[in-house]
Amino acid sequence: MNELPQTLRANPRLSQWVRLDEPGVVTVTPGKVELGQGIVSALAQIVADELDVELTRVRMVPAAAPTGPNEGYTAGSFSIQHSGQALRQVCAEIRAILLAEAARHLTPSDDSGDRGWTVRDGTVEAAGGGAGVTYWELVKPGLLDRDATGEAQPKAPADRRLIGTPVPRIDLPAKVSGGAAYISDHAPPDLLHARVVRPPGPGAVLAELDETTVRAMPEVTAVVRDGGFLGVLAEREEQALIAADRLRAAARWEKGAELPDEDDLPAYLRSAPAQTRLVEEQGRPADGTVRTLTAAYTRPYLAHASIGPACAIALWQDDTLQVWGSTQGIYPHRAELARVLGLDPDRVTVRHLDGPGCYGHNGADDVMFEAALLARAAPGRPVRLQWSRADELAWSPFGSAALVELEADLDADGRITHWRHEHWSNGYMGRPGFAGAGSSAFVSASVLAEPYQPWVAVDREPLAVGGSGRNSVPYYDVPRRIVGNTLLESPLRTSSLRSLGAHPNVFAIESFMDELAEAAGADPVEFRLRHLTDPRARAVLEAAAEHAGWRGGDPDQARGQGIAFARYKNMSGYCAVVADVAAVHEVRVERLVVAADLGMVVNPDGARNQLEGGAVQAASWTLKERVRFDRAGVTSTTWESYPILRFSEVPDVEVVLTDRPDEPPLGAGEVATGPTSAAIANALGHALGVRVRDLPLTPEHIAAAL
Amino acid sequence: MNGRVRRVEAEADTALLYVLRNDFGLYGTRFGCGLNLCGACHVLVDGRVVASCDTPLWAVEGKEITTVEGLPEDGVAGALRRAFLDEQAAQCGICVSGIMVSAVGLLNEEPDPSEERIRAALDGNLCRCGAQPRMLRAIRRAAAENGAGGGGGES
Repeated sequence: MNELPQTLRANPRLSQWVRLDEPGVVTVTPGKVELGQGIVSALAQIVADELDVELTRVRMVPAAAPTGPNEGYTAGSFSIQHSGQALRQVCAEIRAILLAEAARHLTPSDDSGDRGWTVRDGTVEAAGGGAGVTYWELVKPGLLDRDATGEAQPKAPADRRLIGTPVPRIDLPAKVSGGAAYISDHAPPDLLHARVVRPPGPGAVLAELDETTVRAMPEVTAVVRDGGFLGVLAEREEQALIAADRLRAAARWEKGAELPDEDDLPAYLRSAPAQTRLVEEQGRPADGTVRTLTAAYTRPYLAHASIGPACAIALWQDDTLQVWGSTQGIYPHRAELARVLGLDPDRVTVRHLDGPGCYGHNGADDVMFEAALLARAAPGRPVRLQWSRADELAWSPFGSAALVELEADLDADGRITHWRHEHWSNGYMGRPGFAGAGSSAFVSASVLAEPYQPWVAVDREPLAVGGSGRNSVPYYDVPRRIVGNTLLESPLRTSSLRSLGAHPNVFAIESFMDELAEAAGADPVEFRLRHLTDPRARAVLEAAAEHAGWRGGDPDQARGQGIAFARYKNMSGYCAVVADVAAVHEVRVERLVVAADLGMVVNPDGARNQLEGGAVQAASWTLKERVRFDRAGVTSTTWESYPILRFSEVPDVEVVLTDRPDEPPLGAGEVATGPTSAAIANALGHALGVRVRDLPLTPEHIAAAL
Repeated sequence: MNGRVRRVEAEADTALLYVLRNDFGLYGTRFGCGLNLCGACHVLVDGRVVASCDTPLWAVEGKEITTVEGLPEDGVAGALRRAFLDEQAAQCGICVSGIMVSAVGLLNEEPDPSEERIRAALDGNLCRCGAQPRMLRAIRRAAAENGAGGGGGES
């Protein structure tokens, strides 16, 4: 008997995942959601393979609470591991149940159970041939209303038909031909358009507002004011925009909290109140130290910066609330909505609809809450709230700024004898579901007339995995002591951004490994291998170096090559990146070679797409990105003040993927971020002969390092 | 509008984007920034690429507007659509409509652009998911296919 996958254990009823109610159709209701990563297609692929039906028969229903299974959040590169493994087991069990039913209708060629049958696109046939019977003929009402037992065995790798093949995504045809594919394209009848008006910065208080002229606008349906939360409803979208502009002009705010000095973030991070914890201490310092190196690395606050600002729809009807949006966690969101609005959760339904690219806890939860607040002013009518670009760039949670200080001892043979790490950062757990009583994860809940405390994101145990400490423990075989400081205040709201602390930590660790290699007079690849025992880690590092034509990082006409490696969370996917960088007039990443071992791969093209995207996004973080703010609020509110990588700057990306069909799947979306940043910084170091330890690698930071 | 004469009653300075989406139900043109800085709302006006978020209605009265939905099935646009699917050149896809329009605008003018020209023509289109390498491959593939088939030149 198999141990049930985690989310199946929590939601064991088979029919909650897969139903065969409609002839010829397999209806799947996963708890995980599409974030632009192609997960729903990969799950459909698993279902089609395990049930032996054509992919076109699989209908994926967007996740909904309370009807679908509760799989918590779609996050942490866990979706294939959780939902995928759960659905694989569910389908194996359904297949076994249906084959047992088939035995009443057909005579198998022998009595060897499954092996006596062939399933062809949902039709069960005796292996010897003859007339078949379909799943839909076999299924009876209630047959799948039973709990998973773990008794059925999913297919062995050799029997898989679709898993491991590059099946095209099922959602892309609509998305590349301009279909109404997103929450912002959803227009129920009688729709009202909404916009919100923000304070100038966190903590600002509404001192004065004369809303009479806005209320007097005939096209304005409602002006909503709840403490410092302001919004407008109108029949037409452009009218909502005009009304919001007028309302903004009519509001006077009193200055809120004083933000830290953006130009001296390390000083702020080091001095802010924090919880200091030992992440890990392992091994004793080895003898023979001849040299000690120290370095400090920083990352600024980063924005999610999705191309589509957050959007949601809400509808109040007879004291029930329905909300449509792109939250990563329909159940936790529903619980937080009910709690903050003082509603019985049974009166709240939350449905997921695809949104623009989601790279973590962005504004999706906030906009859903705000749509609910606004829609209360127009019961019976659906209200669509569209955030502005400035809302998105200034009011979504950020990935925290971080300071990482590293110190290591080397012996005469160039081996690390001891490694010491300390980091300072805000936490990453700021999502609905983490906030304690009296506080809320929703950004606008803190400005209501009856306000909630803003939730300060925390780090979850174990610290080496759960937040700012993610990947703070080097994957190298070295004695070490790792200390983490999680800030207890958050002048800028922070939460989960793709790979959490793994990005700043791996950037620091892998930059430092290069500095140590240089101090030891060793080649950066050889130096890493010297301290790396896991054969899969070594294989990935060697694959990246070989594919890239590793030439040892010697500067060549202001060009440099850099390498970096990490195993995400030290227990998930392995990834090594080689960057080719030219630093003539500006820093230009010409090529990234990304080698990865992700265990079993459901869709190799989907995995490659995730690796490429993770690497390009990390290149953008590394070269350009930094949330700008003054003492009163965020100032990087447009693409001019928060630039991201453009087509003319995008590197070529080559992926080397090792498939291991017998190993568990490990997730793809987040593995490349840290190694990419460090590889670029290392390449720049080799090109210029100077080490830039502060992200982003802008001319300003390079000049400071020179 | 996409080959038909369409009438709409709205304030003259309303951004074309909102009219396309809310009056004509052409949701393929996406809202991204409202400031002509991201390309998500690109449409063709008399064959030229413009940002519909930044184009008032009065400016397009009597003009020929093509949205992503109105791009032809064949020729350059068809080749691009096929190439984007063949290359699976998207992640979330919210930027793709605008990129498709920009690419059609480019390939209509320059059927065989250099890599540099393609990148320059798409510099006003942002993609956050990092699908640009695939999109560049798709556009090169479409240009090659369209050139080989000799079917270029439609608007």
